[in-house]
Amino acid sequence: MRPDFAAPSAVEPVVPATPSGEASLDNSRVVMTEADVARVLRRIAHEILEHNKGASDLVVLGIPTRGVALAHRLAALIEEVEGVPVAVGALDVTMHRDDLRRQPTRSPMHTDIPPSGIDDKVVVLVDDVLYSGRTVRAALDALSDLGRPRIVRLAVLVDRGHRELPIRADHVGKNLPTSSSEKVRVRLSEPDHVEDQVTIAGGETR
Amino acid sequence: MSTATTTTTTPSGPAGREQQASTRHTKRHLLSSADLNREQVRAILDTASEMHGVQQREVKKLPTLRGRTVVNLFFEDSTRTRSSFEIAGKWLSADVINISGKGSSTSKGESLRDTVLTVAAMGVDALVIRHHASGAAQQVSQWVDAHIINAGDGMHEHPTQALLDAYTMERRLGDLEGRHVVIVGDLTHSRVVRSNLITLKTLGARVTLVAPPTLMPSGITSWAQADGFTLSNDFDAVLPTADSVMMLRVQRERMSGGFFPTAREYTVGYGLTRARLDALTAANPDAVICHPGPMNRGLEIAADAADGAQSLILDQVSAGVAVRMSVLYHLLAGGEGEDS
Repeated sequence: MRPDFAAPSAVEPVVPATPSGEASLDNSRVVMTEADVARVLRRIAHEILEHNKGASDLVVLGIPTRGVALAHRLAALIEEVEGVPVAVGALDVTMHRDDLRRQPTRSPMHTDIPPSGIDDKVVVLVDDVLYSGRTVRAALDALSDLGRPRIVRLAVLVDRGHRELPIRADHVGKNLPTSSSEKVRVRLSEPDHVEDQVTIAGGETR
Repeated sequence: MSTATTTTTTPSGPAGREQQASTRHTKRHLLSSADLNREQVRAILDTASEMHGVQQREVKKLPTLRGRTVVNLFFEDSTRTRSSFEIAGKWLSADVINISGKGSSTSKGESLRDTVLTVAAMGVDALVIRHHASGAAQQVSQWVDAHIINAGDGMHEHPTQALLDAYTMERRLGDLEGRHVVIVGDLTHSRVVRSNLITLKTLGARVTLVAPPTLMPSGITSWAQADGFTLSNDFDAVLPTADSVMMLRVQRERMSGGFFPTAREYTVGYGLTRARLDALTAANPDAVICHPGPMNRGLEIAADAADGAQSLILDQVSAGVAVRMSVLYHLLAGGEGEDS
């Protein structure tokens, strides 16, 4: 384990969950705007490149639904910086979840592995919100069925804490301390057809 | 509850994959193709497509049904259905046990009810049942708690066959809405045709059934009117408009039943011969040919038709595993307790 894996939290100062954005009707507040999302993705793209010393062997895999949109944005940003195409795809984890029996059946989403495969590659898993860590655990299992990457890294737009497994992100857009009664909502233009936005709703009344 | 545009995460499991939740499939059993509405058929076919991807991988196993037990209870001979259910269950990490009517206590005179109760008492999660009596699966579902999947009951239904037929045709033809599917053969004794009629109607396809008058079940005219499909005794007239021709097996045991005079005569009137294959290709080069198997080459289907580029017959077999993985997944993976 390399100590600098924890670096992102030092780059992005922890934002306390105090009312900061404009409050809306459903008691939610905006914690990231479109510009914020664009900025952190750009930073994460640079972090990934810095860490990997370039774009060689990179495979960016998003976890459906919003992780896939974020993965494509990250790949485009990396491409913009390095001038070389980056393999990007989607990794559905539904069949590997440990909570399938706790809820009604969901249909698996599309898994799309780039033709180059993941063997001996540096795979960057991308998701929107890191919470319990169970999705990432499922993703690691799903990955091992597909091949053997040299390194697996994790990039998330928001880390809201409350981990239930020993899992940590390598690249974090924003650390959002939340109470577990709150809900973090990520909306992105690609799947949701609205302006990029991260909001927090619920929790104790202020 | 999450809405269509909300990512909600809870510690017990990020439930943010809301598109998935919206296509949930909460049936307990699959007894008839009529159990499935369009949305549920869609969910099964879409999942099957993902399972098909898994089938191409080096490591084909998914951990999804680990710890579940699936029993294949087959009172009739079957190669592809039984083995594809077995492979499907194993690739989802379920424990699969095969019990055939012949080698079991059934041959010692045990009743279906006792056999099923005995198997269920061992704590199985799902029973895949094939039985020569129509309605057997339905009956069994009232006796035990396990999920029941009908793998063919007498002359009644064979829902997973219809699903895999639809899946295979869709992969080649695209959306089946408005497509013309011609089903040819023994309509009286075929459970495949009944399930296919229902599933194809659910998906919006247009169906024409072709058979000699002796193999049209009585009352089919009113059924055709009620369900909106067409009947014909003239294969050659229907053939040019077909997007898909599905040939049913001529069951050898029916040959002595006086349903048609000779095999040769059947081939001339209702077989997919070389000449008909050419007529089909000329009218619609993209038309496809299906057969649920096992085939009687030279009787209902010529070798050229069975092995040609338009034939989906082997695709059907390979789809069988993916579709059955999908069915097992949708019935078994989710939590209990929701409405069914």
